[in-house]
Amino acid sequence: MKPEFKIISDLINENSQVLDVGCGDGILMEFLIKEKKVNIRGIEISKAKVQNCIAKGLTIIEGNAEDDLKQFPNRSFDYVILSQTLQAFLNPEKVINELLRIGKQAIVTIPNFGYWKIGLHLLLKGTMPVTKTLPDEWYNTANIHLCTIKDFVNFSKTKNFKLSKSIALKSDQQSFITNSNLNMKNLSSNLGIFLIES
Amino acid sequence: MNIKENIKTITINKPLKLDCGKTINNFPLAYETYGKLNRGKNNAILVFHALTGDQFVTGINPVTNKDGWWSYAVGPGKSVDTDKYFVICANVIGGCMGSFGPSHQNPDTKKIYGTDFPVITINDMVNAQVNLLDHFGIKKLFSVVGGSMGGMQVLQFVSNYPDKTKTAVPIACTSSHSAQNIAFNELGRQAIAADHKWQDGEYSSKNSIPDKGLAVARMAAHITYLSKKGLQEKFGRKLQERDDFKFGFDADFQIESYLRYQGSVFVDRFDANSYLYITRAMDYFDLVKQNNGNLSNAFKNTKAKFFVISFTSDWLYPTQENKDIVIALNAIGANVGFVEIKSDKGHDSFLLDVPDFLKALKNFLDKSFLEK
Repeated sequence: MKPEFKIISDLINENSQVLDVGCGDGILMEFLIKEKKVNIRGIEISKAKVQNCIAKGLTIIEGNAEDDLKQFPNRSFDYVILSQTLQAFLNPEKVINELLRIGKQAIVTIPNFGYWKIGLHLLLKGTMPVTKTLPDEWYNTANIHLCTIKDFVNFSKTKNFKLSKSIALKSDQQSFITNSNLNMKNLSSNLGIFLIES
Repeated sequence: MNIKENIKTITINKPLKLDCGKTINNFPLAYETYGKLNRGKNNAILVFHALTGDQFVTGINPVTNKDGWWSYAVGPGKSVDTDKYFVICANVIGGCMGSFGPSHQNPDTKKIYGTDFPVITINDMVNAQVNLLDHFGIKKLFSVVGGSMGGMQVLQFVSNYPDKTKTAVPIACTSSHSAQNIAFNELGRQAIAADHKWQDGEYSSKNSIPDKGLAVARMAAHITYLSKKGLQEKFGRKLQERDDFKFGFDADFQIESYLRYQGSVFVDRFDANSYLYITRAMDYFDLVKQNNGNLSNAFKNTKAKFFVISFTSDWLYPTQENKDIVIALNAIGANVGFVEIKSDKGHDSFLLDVPDFLKALKNFLDKSFLEK
C-alpha cells in the first residue's frame, strides 16, 4: 500500500460518500472502506483493473475521468480523490474543476517533479528521470503534464482553488506545506497531497 | 414427444391489464427452476430470456434436446451458480414455450389466436412474471439478470417493483429501442408476412407453417448478433465443401450455408406469430418515454445495486446505449457499476464463452450476495 493512502484516509470523515477517480486495483478504496466505513465508488479506465475491482466486490465504473465525470450531479460526493493521476490528463484544470463540481472537497496527490533526486538525475545523467513514483521512460509515460509541488501551489493560486490542506510526503514522513517552507518542501518531497475545498 | 409433459406452468388468476388496454386472466405462465430456494428465501435470481429464448436456461432443453440457451453462464459453479442460487426463468407471454401466446386457443372463439392475440409489451411480460414471486413465497429476489430483451425486462422490473430485488444486472441492452433495432425487427416481420404460408397469421388452422419467411427473419437477425470481425475470422470467404464457385445460387460460401442452417433449425423450435409479437414488444420498449423523458425517474425509488455490462463489438445494443443507463443511475446517486467487455463476438457475446464476461458476472453476484 502506498504511504499516501494513510494520509488520504486521515483527511476523510467516517461514513462519507467518496469517489476515487482512477482507482486502479481498488487498494485505496478497500483501505478507506475498512478505515472510514465510507460509501465509495471508483472510476477506472483499464479493463484489467476494473475486473480486479469487481473481484473485490467494489462498485466500479469503467470510464475515463475526462469524459465520464460529467454524469455526476453537483456536490454528489463528500470527497473526490485523484491519486497520482492529474499529470496524465490532457486538461488538468478541467478535471480539477469537475472534481470540485461533483465533490464538496477534492483530494489531489501529485508526484513532485521538483524533488531533488529528480533534478539531480536530469542534471547529472542528462536523461529524463525514472524514479519509484515516475517509473516510466519518456517515450511510454502517460504523464504528459508533470509538475512540481510549487507549480501546483502557484496553479491553485492563479485558478483560485482553495487549498485547505497541503501536505508533503518524503518516503513515509509527512509535513505541512506553508508559504514559508514551500521552496524547501518542493526540493525534499517526492509527493504532494492537497485537500481542495469547492 | 409430448411437450406439455416437460413444461411446468402456473395459471395466473390475477387479471393483468395490458398496455394495449385489454385485460387477460386465467392464463398460463411456463417456467423452469434450477438450484434450491434457501430457508430465508433470499437466494432467488429471476433470469429473463431474450427474443428467441425460453425458460430452459441451462442443462438440456427437454423440448429441443439441445443445451439451454445460457449454459455457459448458468449452472453449478458457473457465473450464476445454481449450487448457491435458486434460478427461476419464465417463458415470456407472447412466447411459444408454454406461456400464453398467439399459438394458444382463444376460449371465446375456440380458434387459435394468431394475430388476434393482444399486442404485448415488455411491461406486460414483467407484470406477468412477477406472479412467480408469490408462487414461491419470495418477498425479495437476490437478483434480476438478463441480456438483450432480457436486459430490458431487468430495467422494467426494477422500475415497476423497486423493492423486489437486491441487485439488477442488465446486459447488452438499451432503455429505448433504437430506429436501427426497429428497422431490423421490421425486416424480420415483413419476411414472415411475405411468406404466402403465413396466411395473415392463421397458418395453424390451415396446417401450414411460414417456414421460409421465419427462416429469413432469423438469418437477417442472426447477422446483427455477430460482428464483422467475428464473421470474417470464422468464415472469411471460405467455400462450402467445394473447391470453386458453382456459378449458381447454391450456398457456395460457408457463411451462406451457416445462415441457412441457422434459419432452418430455428423454424423447428419457434413460432412465427410469436416472433412478430415479441419483436413488437421490443420495438415498443421505451423506458425513457415511460418516464417523461427522464430515465432516472425509472429508478428513483429503488435501492437495488446495479451492474451494467456491454460488449465492445456489440453494434446492435452498443456500449453507449448501455452507458446511458449508467448515466441515468449516477444522476440520482444510485449504486451502479459498469464494465465494457472486450469481445469480437458481437451482441451474442453474452450467450457465449467470453471468460471476462463470465468472471465479472460471477464476481459481482457472489460478492453482492455476501453484502447485507
